[in-house]
Amino acid sequence: MVDMKVDLCGITIDNPVIPASGTFGYGYEFAELYDINILGTFSFKGATKEPRFGNPTPRIAETPSGMLNAVGLQNPGVDKVISEELPKLKKVFNKKVMANVSGFSVDDYVYTCSRLDKCEEVGWLEVNISCPNVHGGGMSFGTSPKSAFEVTSAVKKAVKKPVIIKLSPNVTDIAEIAKACEDAGADGVSLINTLLAMRIDIKKRAPLLKNVTGGLSGPAIFPVAVRMVYQCAKAVKIPIVGMGGISSAEDVIEMTLAGATAVEVGAENLTDPFASKKIIEDLPNVMEKYGINKLSDIIGGALNG
Amino acid sequence: MKQGIFEIVSNVPLTKNVFKTVLHGDVSAITRPGQFINIRLDGLYLRRPISVCDLSEDSVTIIYKVVGKGTEKMSGMKPGERLDVLSGLGNGYDTSVSGPSPLLIGGGVGVPPLYLLAKELLKEDKSVSVILGFNSADEVFYEEEFKALGCGVRLATADGSKGIKGFVTDALSGLEYSYIYTCGPEPMLKAVYKSTDSPAQFSFEERMGCGFGACMGCTCETVTGYKRICRDGPVLFKEEIKW
Repeated sequence: MVDMKVDLCGITIDNPVIPASGTFGYGYEFAELYDINILGTFSFKGATKEPRFGNPTPRIAETPSGMLNAVGLQNPGVDKVISEELPKLKKVFNKKVMANVSGFSVDDYVYTCSRLDKCEEVGWLEVNISCPNVHGGGMSFGTSPKSAFEVTSAVKKAVKKPVIIKLSPNVTDIAEIAKACEDAGADGVSLINTLLAMRIDIKKRAPLLKNVTGGLSGPAIFPVAVRMVYQCAKAVKIPIVGMGGISSAEDVIEMTLAGATAVEVGAENLTDPFASKKIIEDLPNVMEKYGINKLSDIIGGALNG
Repeated sequence: MKQGIFEIVSNVPLTKNVFKTVLHGDVSAITRPGQFINIRLDGLYLRRPISVCDLSEDSVTIIYKVVGKGTEKMSGMKPGERLDVLSGLGNGYDTSVSGPSPLLIGGGVGVPPLYLLAKELLKEDKSVSVILGFNSADEVFYEEEFKALGCGVRLATADGSKGIKGFVTDALSGLEYSYIYTCGPEPMLKAVYKSTDSPAQFSFEERMGCGFGACMGCTCETVTGYKRICRDGPVLFKEEIKW
C-alpha cells in the first residue's frame, strides 16, 4: 500500500488531488456522479464581496488540447455563498473545503476572506490574485510583487486559516511574485491560473469570445505550469499547489517532482466529469510503477536534477 | 446524467449538410424531450452538445448540421464506431402544462428536439400542430416524419421555394393552440416571443464548456436570476425570459 497523504499548510489530506476553482462549482453536480469525499479537497467557485454575473456570452472557446474561458467570476456573492451554498456543500462533502476568493480592492479581499475564515467547512483560503477575465482588480494584483505583498499581508492579518495565494502566469518572473507572497506571510501559493489568450472566428473575422480575450487552460498549458512550479519551488519554502493542464496520475507525479505538495485539476473535470476520480484511483498504481512508496518523499524531487 | 459508450448504428445525410445519427447505448438517463447529449470526439478537447431527436429503449437519434470541426468530424463517422457520451443533460420540455392543443415551432436544426416532444404530447392524447421553418426547399427535413406521427404540419421557407413564403411567424395565422413549444435560432425565438401572447417554452442554444453545470460558461440572465443554459435550461418558460 502506497501512501498518498500530504500535509498542505498544516492540514493532512488523503491524497494530493484537488479539483480547481471554477471547474467544480460547489461540488453538487459531481456528487451526483461519484462520492466526492474521495478527493483530497476541492476549491470552490471563486467568491467575491458582491454577486457577479460575469462576462457576456460566448465565454467559452475551444483550442488545441485545451479551452479558453472568460466567465469572469460569476458567483452569488460571499453572503449567499455562506448562507446557501456552504450548507448544501456540507451535505455532499464532509472534509475541509478550499475557499477561493477574488476581489477588486485590498478591502474586498480582506472582507471576503474574513467572512469565509469563520466558516467551519473551510480549511484553506485560496486568494485569487490572477483572474485574467475581470476588468480592474483580479489579475492586476498578481502581476507585481508589491501589490501581491500588499494583498497577502492584509489578508493574513485578518484571518486565522492558512492562506494560499493563487498566482498568475502572465508575468515575466513568477518566482519573484511567489517570494513576495512568502515574505508577506502566505502559507502557500497555487499556480498557475490560466494564460491570457484569444481566438478569432475566421468566418466572422471577429474574436470568438465576447470578452475578446480569455484564459487558456487544459493539457496545452501543462509544460508551462511545470516550468513555473519548478521556478517557484526554487524560490520559496512554503508549500506549492501545482496546476495547469493536469489530466493523468503521471502528470501528478511530474508536478510533484517539480515541487508541488498538492495539485489542482481544472479543465479536465469539464471534459471528463470523472477525471479527478480516475486520477485518484490511478495514482497508487502509477506510484508503484515508479517505485514511490510515499508521495511526500518526492516533492521537489527533480529540483536538484 | 450518465456517462456511457454508444455505438453508431447509422449516420446518414438528410440534406446537403444536415446529418442524422442513431446511437446504440444506455439511454436511461434521458427522461424528457428537449434534453441533449454531449459527445466526446477524438482530437477535440470539448464535447459537442446535440439535442435528442428521438429515443427508443436502447438507442438515441440525433440530427446535426455541419457547422464546424466537431460536426464535420461527426459527419464522417461510420456504423460500428464507438463514442464516449454524457446523456440526459438539460431540463427538457415540460409537457404537463401544454393544454389540449400545443403548437410546436421549429427552425432549421431547432426542429429535431420537437420530434420527440411531439411523440410525447401525442402519447398524452394531445392534438399537436407543427410549424417548420427553413431557408429553402433543399434544406427541409422531417416534414414527412411529423406528418406520419399524425401532427398537422405547416411549412415555411424564407425564399418561398416550398410551403408558405416567409418565416415561421408568417405561418401562425388562423391556427388555434393552447400552448407553444419552440426551438431554433435566437432571432426566430425572439420573433415567436413577440408574435404571440400564448404561454410558451423556448429552447436556447449557447456555447458550452462542460454541458452539466460546472463551468458557468453558458449562463444567461433571466427574470428569476442567472441560469445555466446547459443545466437550468436549455428550456426556459416565456415568463422567465428577459426580452
